[in-house]
Amino acid sequence: MSAVLEIAGLQKTYRSRKGVRKALDGFDMVVEAGQVHGFLGPNGSGKTTTLRTLLGLIRPNGGRMAILGREVPQALPEVAGSVGAIVESPQFFGNFSAQDTLSLLADAGGVPRTRVFEVLELVGLRDRSKDRVKTYSLGMKQRLAVASALLKNPKLLILDEPANGLDPGGIREMRGLMAGLAESGMTVLLSSHILGEIQLICDSVTIIAAGRRVAAGSVAEVLATHASTSLRVRLEAVSDLTSSAAALRDAGAQVVVEPDHLMVSGLAQPSAVTRTLAERGVYVSELSPVTADLESVFLELTGTAPVEGSNRQVDQTVMAQAGGWGR
Amino acid sequence: MSLYTAETRRLGKRRFTKFLLGGVVLVLIAIAVGMFFANEKNTPATVAAAQAKADSEYQAAVRQSAQDKQTCVAAQGTPDASNWPPSCDDVYQPQTSDFQAAWYMPATFDFREQFPNMITAMAAIVAVAAFVIGASFVGAEWASGGMMNLLLWRPRRLQVLGTKLGALLVALTGLTVLLSAAWTGAFALIAGLRGSLDSMTSGAWQSILLMELRGLAVVLAAGAIGFGLASIGRHTAVAMGVAVGVVVLLQFGLYIVLSMANVGFAEVVLATTWGTAWMNKTATVTDWNSCNFSGNGGCTPDELIVNWPAAGGGLAALLVVVVGIALWTIRSRDIT
Repeated sequence: MSAVLEIAGLQKTYRSRKGVRKALDGFDMVVEAGQVHGFLGPNGSGKTTTLRTLLGLIRPNGGRMAILGREVPQALPEVAGSVGAIVESPQFFGNFSAQDTLSLLADAGGVPRTRVFEVLELVGLRDRSKDRVKTYSLGMKQRLAVASALLKNPKLLILDEPANGLDPGGIREMRGLMAGLAESGMTVLLSSHILGEIQLICDSVTIIAAGRRVAAGSVAEVLATHASTSLRVRLEAVSDLTSSAAALRDAGAQVVVEPDHLMVSGLAQPSAVTRTLAERGVYVSELSPVTADLESVFLELTGTAPVEGSNRQVDQTVMAQAGGWGR
Repeated sequence: MSLYTAETRRLGKRRFTKFLLGGVVLVLIAIAVGMFFANEKNTPATVAAAQAKADSEYQAAVRQSAQDKQTCVAAQGTPDASNWPPSCDDVYQPQTSDFQAAWYMPATFDFREQFPNMITAMAAIVAVAAFVIGASFVGAEWASGGMMNLLLWRPRRLQVLGTKLGALLVALTGLTVLLSAAWTGAFALIAGLRGSLDSMTSGAWQSILLMELRGLAVVLAAGAIGFGLASIGRHTAVAMGVAVGVVVLLQFGLYIVLSMANVGFAEVVLATTWGTAWMNKTATVTDWNSCNFSGNGGCTPDELIVNWPAAGGGLAALLVVVVGIALWTIRSRDIT
C-alpha cells in the first residue's frame, strides 16, 4: 500500500508579544491509499494548523510534507486538482446560492458544470440548491462544504469536522458517504471529535496533542497498544466497596471506586479478584471485562479527561509544556 | 482563463455590484435630465427678449443715474454732500456695454464649454462606485472565507489575487467606456436640443476623448486602490475606513489646521486639487496670505500650478504602493 499523504517533522511556530508558541512540534503522519484515516486531537492541539499547512494556507517553519508522492507546498498547484478539502467551519459567500457557489468553483478549477449537480445530489442539497447560502442551517452549509470538496472528484479528500452541525440522520448519511468514497478508492482524511464515528468509519488514526503525534496506526492497533483492559466488579453488598478496594490495592491492582461498583485493572488474571475478595468473605455478583474504546484511549493519551472539581484549560494536556506559550 | 471567467461571473453575480451600478446610472440620469430642463436653446425670440430686457435695464439705470445726479447737485453745501462725489459729474453714468443681451439670455448648454465639467462629474461618481465595488469584491471574499476556499482550488496566491484584480479592472473599463459613450451621446443630444454643438471641431472632440480617457484612468485607479486596501485588511470595512480617514483627516482636518496656521498653498493637500489638475490638465493653488505689490495691480497673491503629469504621477505612485502591498501581503502572510 502506498502513502497518499506523508508528513514528517512538521513544525510551525507562532511569535507574538506573549512569546513563542509551537503549534506543531515535529509532527508526523502517514495516510495510506484507499484508507479512511481519522485525525484526532483536543482543541488547540494543532489539527487545523496541520491541515492548513498541508494545503498551503500556512507556511511551516520546518519539516517535510508530500501529497500523492509530490512534495508540498512546492508541488501544490500540480496536486491541488486531486485534493478536495474543507478546513474548519464551512465558509461561503452568503448571498450566492449553493449552485452558484459550486459552479463558480467549478469554473475556477476547470471542472465541468455537470459535476455540480452530481455532488448536490450526493450531499442531499438538490432541492435547496437555488436558495441563498445564508438561509442554510449549519448542517446544510456543512453538506455544501463537503460537496465543494467532492466537486473535483479528488483522490485525497480532507474533511475537518464534516459531521459538525449535522442531525443524527445526516451523521449516518455522512458515514455512509465516507464508506462509499473509500470503497471507490478515494483516500479520506477525517478530522473529528465524534470519536464513536471515527471508530466506526476509520481504518486508521493519528492522534495529536500539543503539536506532536502521540499515537498512530490502525484503530485496532491503537486500542490494543494503549488501552488497558479493566474489570467491572459488583459486590453483593455496596457497603463492602471501600474495604474491597483496599484489599485489591494490597493485591497490586489499580482500583477506581464508582458509586455502585469497582473498576479494577493491573491484575494478571480476573480470578485474582474473586480469590482476594472471597478470602475476606466478600462475594462478587458481577465480574465483567470492560474493553476500552477510542474515546478513553484518546482521553488517556491526550490527558484531557475531565477531572472532578477542576476546569481544564484549552492548552492543558499531558504535553502542555511543549505546546503552550513560552519565551 | 477559467479563473478569470469565474471571477468575472462572480463580480457580475454580486447583488451589491448590481445595486451600486443601478444607483450610479440613476444619479447620472438625474443629472442629465436636470441639465436638460435647466437649459434652453437660443432662438431669435429668446435673443430678442434678452435684448429687450437689457435695453429696459439700461434705461432704468439711466433714469436712476439722472435722479442721483439731481440729488447730488441738491445736496451741495449740505451735510448730505459727503454721501456724494465732490463733483456730481463723477456720478456713475451707465453705458450700453454694461447691459449686454447675453447676460439676460436663459442658460444654454454649450457643449464645448460645459461638457468637460460633466466628464469630471461622471468620472468622480463612477470612481467612488469603483472604489466601493473593488473593495467589496475582494473584502467580502476574505471576510466570508471564500478567498480561502478559492485558494484551496487554485493554490497560487499571486495569480488568484492578480486575476481577481484583472477581472475587476476589465469590467470597470467596459463599464466606464459604455457609460462615457452614453454620457457623451446624452449631452450631445442635450446640446443639440437645449444648447449648441456649433463650436465642436475635430480638435475639440479629440480633447473630449482624451479627457474621458483620463477619467477612465481615475476610475481604474480608484477600483484598484479600493481592492488593494480591502485585500490588505482582508475586509471591505478596512478600505472604507481608510477612505473615510483620508477624507476626514486630510481633506478636512489637515486642510483646516494648515489654513489656521496660515501655511501657504494649503489647498495642495486636497484631493480635489490633484483631481482637477489631472482632469483639466492644470490646477491653480493660491497662497492668499502672500502679497506681491505692484502700483497698478495692487496685491497679487502667489500661485502654484499643479499640472497633470504631477497629478498622474502621484496617482500612479499611490496605486503602485497599495497594490504592491496587497500582493506582498497575500504572498507572505498565513491565511487563517
